[in-house]
Amino acid sequence: MAELNTGDGGGGKEKKIRSKKQNSKVDLTAMVDLAFLLITFFMLTTTLSKPKAMELGLPDKEKPNEKPADIKVDENRTMTIMLGDNNKLIRYVGLLATPVVGGAPKQFTYGKEGIRKELISRKVSVLAYSTAKGKPKNGMIVIIKPSKKSNYRNLIDILDEMGIVEVPTYAIVNEFSPEETKLLEGK
Amino acid sequence: MAVKMSKKATSIDMTAMCDVSFLLLTFFILTATAKVPEAMPVDMPSSTVQSKLPESNLATITIGKGKVFFDLKGKQVRIQALEKMAEKYGVEFTEEDKKEFSLMEGFGVPIGNLKQIIEMKSADRTKADQPGVPKDSLDNQLAEWVQFARLANFDVNDKELEIAIKGDAKEEYPSIRKVMDILQDQGINSFSLVTGLRGKDF
Repeated sequence: MAELNTGDGGGGKEKKIRSKKQNSKVDLTAMVDLAFLLITFFMLTTTLSKPKAMELGLPDKEKPNEKPADIKVDENRTMTIMLGDNNKLIRYVGLLATPVVGGAPKQFTYGKEGIRKELISRKVSVLAYSTAKGKPKNGMIVIIKPSKKSNYRNLIDILDEMGIVEVPTYAIVNEFSPEETKLLEGK
Repeated sequence: MAVKMSKKATSIDMTAMCDVSFLLLTFFILTATAKVPEAMPVDMPSSTVQSKLPESNLATITIGKGKVFFDLKGKQVRIQALEKMAEKYGVEFTEEDKKEFSLMEGFGVPIGNLKQIIEMKSADRTKADQPGVPKDSLDNQLAEWVQFARLANFDVNDKELEIAIKGDAKEEYPSIRKVMDILQDQGINSFSLVTGLRGKDF
């Protein structure tokens, strides 16, 4: 430590100003605490803030001059989910005119308590139906119909729901029949 | 003789630990990528998807308030895409403009106004009220951008460009649909939707 000698050495008995040895050691505990706190912060923020990407594959677009291919699908396996404004969600199972038992158009909410329960129970019953027909690989088909007034969050929510419930086949369809539009706008 | 513990031993020397922790801290601060200011901040909807967005080889189309912004990763890809666009629309860009463009964030202006945006300071760009990339059927510059970006990316990286759509949660479906249609017209049937992260127990 730097010492400062005052006087010209003659006064040997004078008290020298010394810094005490103990003071040379700074308590670093608090500094280490702080450093680790910052490390934790930076580690978590760099890995957690990365945006996630949801993969979405769409079928080939139909050419206007080609006749659209009609694919016959067993209506007992399909569930149609229509997304309306103000987070409205209506689903029906089978055909709209002749829905499957218990599958008449009904309004649901998004999330765990709403549409997910319905999706899970319907998935099980479709699987039982297909197994009874001897084709256990034919799972549920969900048709998602976002209306013009639905927003992007609704679409992501319902696509996310497909991932959570592991629906094997789902498609986004934009055509609305007049009955469906009426159903969605009514009430 | 009783062995006495010296008083000093009660405090541990923290110097080495402090050194190490600050070294790590410096490392994490430096590796953390600085957040690029976005030309148009959007409130992304969240999902439970875990897969991350790729860091390179990516074009992001941001949709919010009915406007569309375009962003491209990779300096060389950006320069090439800009050159191809400039050639197509007959707009001149200097070498400095191209260099500046390769470093800037996403943009949302017609190609004619792009030079103005490039010449702005980056702080002013966010304030500038960018009208969005035109995407009407008459003047579909977004489709051109996507097309040229794909070509440029194929030249530089020898890979197919991945497209990500980053939409605002409140954006109405038709405008998202419009962008998807533009992509599908070019035969891009598979793309990513950018979302935030949501808790597991959703």
